[in-house]
Amino acid sequence: MSSQAPPATAATTATALVVDRLHVTYKVRATDRLAVRDVSFSIGREQTFGLVGESGCGKSTTALAITRYLPSNGRISGGSISVNGQDLASMGPDALRRLRARTISMVYQEPARALNPSIRVGRQVAEVYELAGLKKAEALERAEEMLRVVQIADPGRILRAYPHQLSGGMLQRVIIAMALASEPSLLILDEPTTALDATVEAEVLDLLAPLRERFHTAVLFISHNLGLIARMCDRVAVMYAGEMVEQGPAREILDNPRHPYTVGLLRCVPRAGQRKDHGRLDTIPGFLPGPGDVQAGCVFAARCALATRRCTEEAPPLYQVSAGRTSRCHYYEQAPNVPRTTPQDVKLATPVEGGEPVVSVWGASKTFHARGERLHALVGVDLELGRGETLGLVGESGSGKTTLARVLLGLTVPDQGSRIELEGSPLPMACTARDRKQLQALQIVFQNPGSALNRRHTVRHIITRSLKKLAGLSRQESERRLVEVVHSVRMEERHLALHPYQLSGGLKQRVAIARAFAGAPRVLVCDEPTSALDVSVQAAILNLLADLQSQEHVSYIVISHDLGVVRYLADRIVVLYLGRVMEEGSAETVFTGPHHPYTEALLSAVPSLDGPPRERIRLKGEIPSAARVPTGCVFHTRCPRRLSSGICESEEPPLAEVEPGHMMRCHIPVDQLRRLQAKGPGPSPSPVPWRSSIMPN
Amino acid sequence: MSVGPAVEEIPEASPLGRGGAAGALDVSAGRIRREHLHQLVRTKTFLAGALILAWWVMCAIFGQTFAPFKATSPNLLSFNSAPSAAHWFGTDALGRDVLSRVVVGARDILKIAPLATLLGTLVGTTIGLAQGYIGGIFDLVVGRVVDAALALPTVIVAFLFVVAVGTSTLTLVLVIGLVFGLIIARTVRAAVLQERELDYLDAARLRGETTVHVMFVEILPNVMGPVLVEFTVRLGYAVFTIATLSFLGFGVQPPTPDWGADIAANYQYLAAGYWWETLFPALAIASLVIAVNLIGDSIEAVLAQ
Repeated sequence: MSSQAPPATAATTATALVVDRLHVTYKVRATDRLAVRDVSFSIGREQTFGLVGESGCGKSTTALAITRYLPSNGRISGGSISVNGQDLASMGPDALRRLRARTISMVYQEPARALNPSIRVGRQVAEVYELAGLKKAEALERAEEMLRVVQIADPGRILRAYPHQLSGGMLQRVIIAMALASEPSLLILDEPTTALDATVEAEVLDLLAPLRERFHTAVLFISHNLGLIARMCDRVAVMYAGEMVEQGPAREILDNPRHPYTVGLLRCVPRAGQRKDHGRLDTIPGFLPGPGDVQAGCVFAARCALATRRCTEEAPPLYQVSAGRTSRCHYYEQAPNVPRTTPQDVKLATPVEGGEPVVSVWGASKTFHARGERLHALVGVDLELGRGETLGLVGESGSGKTTLARVLLGLTVPDQGSRIELEGSPLPMACTARDRKQLQALQIVFQNPGSALNRRHTVRHIITRSLKKLAGLSRQESERRLVEVVHSVRMEERHLALHPYQLSGGLKQRVAIARAFAGAPRVLVCDEPTSALDVSVQAAILNLLADLQSQEHVSYIVISHDLGVVRYLADRIVVLYLGRVMEEGSAETVFTGPHHPYTEALLSAVPSLDGPPRERIRLKGEIPSAARVPTGCVFHTRCPRRLSSGICESEEPPLAEVEPGHMMRCHIPVDQLRRLQAKGPGPSPSPVPWRSSIMPN
Repeated sequence: MSVGPAVEEIPEASPLGRGGAAGALDVSAGRIRREHLHQLVRTKTFLAGALILAWWVMCAIFGQTFAPFKATSPNLLSFNSAPSAAHWFGTDALGRDVLSRVVVGARDILKIAPLATLLGTLVGTTIGLAQGYIGGIFDLVVGRVVDAALALPTVIVAFLFVVAVGTSTLTLVLVIGLVFGLIIARTVRAAVLQERELDYLDAARLRGETTVHVMFVEILPNVMGPVLVEFTVRLGYAVFTIATLSFLGFGVQPPTPDWGADIAANYQYLAAGYWWETLFPALAIASLVIAVNLIGDSIEAVLAQ
């Protein structure tokens, strides 16, 4: 806390942050556009307040306003912000600098961009203490201590490292350590774990709750992920188009939302028990209005199924729903019953049981050579994909999911000895050696539609080219087919003349899907098809993929770090770790268990919307480098259920069928796994000793 | 979801408002490029450069019709005369009107420089695209050849060629074009390497597109910005190189008026105080180079936004 503030203030101020009727305006091309309108909330000490909403809703703008870091074309055009009872607006440059140095800390999404790449981590952490007036040596000592607090086992090594030598998860811990070093009254976390793997995310987030209490810090947690908000926050506010549409205790909002937008958002997230044919995700129709576009009435009216004339004419005030809960909806009592925009259940073609597989892979291995090291990205993977089947590929980054997909597509040529067959006939390894029919059979939808579409080509050109090259259509035929394809992804002919930069992320991904379907593929690889998209867009894309599959009888390989997405789409799941298949089985079996210990850890890392968090097992550290693969079972270094007999360290278990159709690579007998997993997690990590108040006063 | 940095939510970051908002869809396809042009026309530096360039282009085409005197006719009655009402820029040692020679002297340099630069851009873009996209051994070998060629100053390489094959407009265009081609290849290669990270190239390969198609239809439109900037920058250098060669006597031959050759013919009289004979052709070279660079800089600035 600030040494400038009188001690009495610090002790008596229970609320760290008060935002009252905040308005933020951006000047864009000489016109003022209101980006944040009438936002009010407060955060008490040791409380976590969540701001949730889709991109463009004003979450980050609100955070920037609180730190007074708005870009030069933005200004606070109304309302007030006070931190520890001090009004921010009245602060001069010096007071503001002191505020940022001591009272407010911020952690951003991209840890690699938050540190200076050419200065050792130690110097950068110690600087926080030097600013507080400590001597160099003492500051470094404090820095080391602080790294221990964020559970870094070997702080000495980390302090001597440069940022690029550390993994994303480690960097984010360092940044959290720096942010907390000044014992701030307010810690702002803006999508702090979006760039991290779920397992690493879980570890980083585990740190935050105890630290918050230790430092009496108020936390403002910004995220698009409703599951994370549910797990982390006491109170939550849902933002839409610059307004706070609903606010209240996190659990209540998520269990019993009282604004049609919140209801819609929650219906977009796949939960347990929901699948593409049963309990479909609902979507929110229409588009987010631009800042300042809605002049009268409710900002959500244009997309709301409950909207009446009153909604478009009269802006709803903040209605008091119950104690501590507000909603900006005239009809908040009816909000939970917003009619669905898509049917609950649909009939989809089921995968063909038995029969010849569309694609078979035998012994697929890929070794990359980099700086004299051999990286085994893929080791002896066998795979079969049935007609109309959806196979989910699951694993952390670095597990070989994408390499496997690229090998299949012929974009990466595998090692000698790997074999791929397409409908019984061998497939050349490089896509350049494949003929038109073979190319046509295997297509992909990439993760980032912005990168997957040529930004200088129109939608018409992009799709027509695939119709010509893959389907082999003449000009007239492709003209006719083009319209069909565009309609099949629910786009319109007016979109044809546009360039990708004129389309939203969701529309771009539709173009990419249209392109992939233009050649009528047999197998479509979907590599993280929705991870670059907003939740409401994701739901629409997932349903579109499911419908197209049913119409065209295509097989899918779905790669996703989001287990909810995989569970929603996949019939069968393959879990990869360090390029090896650890577990394989029907989606049902893999999700209900008994699980491979790795799968178990992946599942328990995912923040869930469904009720109180499940018992967790935690992976220690991060996925080892593919250049130095552990001996024995490759997972033993992180396995929470490692056997004491030592067999896990010495002998690699085979991929064996433990139940009919359920393959697992583990020494532990499946019955024992079932018993262990019914019981719950193993011991949790021991707490780190702590010396109170590290800041000089 | 917002995977980008925090600034993603700042309205100005996306020129069309929220990407997919209904309003954005009414935008016609050419809007962005037209916007670039509008912005360019509003830039003061661009306007200044374009004005100067336009003046010299006009001189190159019509110079002979409006020059006050015949540029090649000597006047032995008034040689080495200082600037006056009759001869605004004075006369040279043979009594020829310096103003007329400067005006008409724009002709050859404004023919050779753009042609050479155009050739260089075509050659360089092709090499750069191939280096960047094909990569591997091809890139390595061509890369070393480029390094070797660039180790020598352009003027020296051009000088050697002209000495070997004899001077002509064609030789100058070819030599300067090829040397500049190698330099441009480097810039284009770097731009292509950035494109190679993007998935649309994999999509093209999965469609069975040929290497040539990928290079010229997929990648080229995306690297046109750097190519355009490189063209204007090289144009400036080309003017300079040609003037230098003429100065050394390997460019345009006397008595045809030419800035570089005129400086060479007259700089010996500087010591005698006849400064106008050297200064005005030199200013002409400088103004043309500056004009081209002003244009190049403004294009780069607009494209960078």
